[in-house]
Amino acid sequence: MDWHQLWEIVSAPDNVPIVALIPLLMFYIFLAWKQAKGNDELIAELETQPAMAKTHHRTTWPFRPGWQKEVHVWPFLLRIEFLAAIIVTIILMVWSITLYAPLEEPSNPNLTMNPAKAPWYFLGLQEMLVYFDPWIAGVVMPTLIIIGLMVIPYIDTNPLGSGYYTWKQRKFAIGTFLFGFIILWVSMIIIGTFIRGPGWQWFWPGQTWDHNRLIYEVNRDLPDIFGITSNLGKGIFGAIVVGGYFLIGGFIVHGLFRRYKAKDYQRMSFLQYNIMMVFLLTMIALPCKILLRLLWHIKYVWITPWFNV
Amino acid sequence: MPEAKENGKNDNRVGLLERVKAGVKEDVRSLKTEMPAKIKEQVQGLKDPTKTQVYTSIFRHKHDDTPRNRALGVLSNVFLHLHPAKINRDAVRYSYTWGMGGITFYLFVVLTFTGVLLMFYYHPSKVQAFRDVLYLEHDVPFGKLLRNMHRWAAHLMVIAVWLHMFRVFLTGSYKKPREFNWNIGVLLLVFTLLLSFTGYLLPDDQLGFWAVTVGTNMARATPLLGHEGPFGKQLGMTPYNDVRFGLLGGSIVDANALLRSYIWHCIGIPIVASVLMIVHFWRVRKDGGISGPAPVMLSEEADKPRRRVE
Ligand code: HEM
Repeated sequence: MDWHQLWEIVSAPDNVPIVALIPLLMFYIFLAWKQAKGNDELIAELETQPAMAKTHHRTTWPFRPGWQKEVHVWPFLLRIEFLAAIIVTIILMVWSITLYAPLEEPSNPNLTMNPAKAPWYFLGLQEMLVYFDPWIAGVVMPTLIIIGLMVIPYIDTNPLGSGYYTWKQRKFAIGTFLFGFIILWVSMIIIGTFIRGPGWQWFWPGQTWDHNRLIYEVNRDLPDIFGITSNLGKGIFGAIVVGGYFLIGGFIVHGLFRRYKAKDYQRMSFLQYNIMMVFLLTMIALPCKILLRLLWHIKYVWITPWFNV
Repeated sequence: MPEAKENGKNDNRVGLLERVKAGVKEDVRSLKTEMPAKIKEQVQGLKDPTKTQVYTSIFRHKHDDTPRNRALGVLSNVFLHLHPAKINRDAVRYSYTWGMGGITFYLFVVLTFTGVLLMFYYHPSKVQAFRDVLYLEHDVPFGKLLRNMHRWAAHLMVIAVWLHMFRVFLTGSYKKPREFNWNIGVLLLVFTLLLSFTGYLLPDDQLGFWAVTVGTNMARATPLLGHEGPFGKQLGMTPYNDVRFGLLGGSIVDANALLRSYIWHCIGIPIVASVLMIVHFWRVRKDGGISGPAPVMLSEEADKPRRRVE
């Protein structure tokens, strides 16, 4: 156990935001979960008691007839905003007095940093470089993330759960978002920050960074396993595998979705449904490809003269 | 007295003297009696400064603790009138919004403030940039604090935006009628990250240089537009004309890249982001204020028009 190495990574000033992000996320997930649980219990109660549902004010917070529904922004909101500004300022001041922003040697194109890491918020994409070619990890994925986020309001046709925390009414939407945000984004960042060392190799926390370590990994391509050697064959084979993934995967998801999300399925238009399918399957493809690589050392699935997937 | 003048006699002059004397006497008397009265009046007036003309010209209404004045205090102030006069009683609970949108905005303001101060000491050139940062750290009064605050506020802002997006998602606040504002939000997220990223290169140290090298190397692989990307070669892309060249102003991260970074960081993106924030806040208001905490809906009400809660 190399405590010194561990400390060096955890206490690197630019890594502190991620060290802070983990407890912050846990706290806010807890806060959201607590409110979702309360609301879900209220919903369950009201759904069994229609008479009560008619008159109930429908929040978990107390409310009595005669109480005002609205409060004045001044002072009730502004004082909170003022307080929040002061607290953030204090945190920032303390942080800035105690922890110095990093400044390395002057830039030198002839002296490569190893590992050369992108800023922490992009480390998820850099981690993806292990599994995908740069055009996918660096260009296609960010584009898809942005477009994917943008289409969310237009493909989520579920009218429930607007303006309050809930889990039971939006399991699929929230589950998918958590998968994308926590598993695919945040945990990749954590791996990129704390685990990846020189040569972008995997070093467990506490393991010494060995700059000379070499790993002999024999990576294969999927067509090789099937004994396909000609370029044309590889291209066609890959197209079939990738196309097959989307067709068969789409078919399976379709079967599950129309059974377990019947209402959403009914509500969605043809276009909405297909957009959701494409993004969902692309998202699921990431861990699939990662597993192919980790378990069977498969680098590419689809090889063409112009690009490899 | 025209006739007196024609006489050529002295009484006219005497008359002048008399009149001057009388006038002065009157002046003195007025100083003795009227001025004290005015002073008294003034002092009386200052006891209630809210009645002065200066005050009433600035604040257009009284500050008594009445509902009307509480509302006017918000509505008649250009900065505060982003808010409505009144909001949902539960919307002020911290647990609903986590205050994250507001905190993000506050951090943006802090960053603008510290950023402008940093600009006074920084030259975006290969010769000067690194030295300027050293100078800031060691010689400028509070320079180190300034730089630290700018850096950590930037990191905090990235975290705050993510958490804000997370809470907006979890409360379903992107649903009708707020779809468009969610999209403005996504753009703000992108620009927040880009702001942070373009700032990373500016100290011109190894950390920033290699981070930006790694980051922009990916642009080489842009499909169609990068010289190492799919179909890039076929479209005639080389290291000297592809997107990466456009981003860096060259084929390597060098002086031009530093300058471009600087201009995007200090001028281009802040302006775009500010405009988007204005639209974002405007839409929050126009979409009916923040989404909740709304009364919960039951599943049997899902496909009926929304229950109106009065
Ligand atoms: C620079 C970044 C941003 C700033 C300064 C900002 C600021 C704000 C503020 C002050 C509010 C009022 C409610 C609250 O504080 O939560 C708000 C609401 C909202 N924001 Fe943002 N935001 C930013 C980025 C985003 C992002 C990344 C998204 C989503 C992708 C987003 C989507 C929304 C939506 C949909 C609302 C309405 C929420 C509701 O009605 O409950 N914003 N934003």
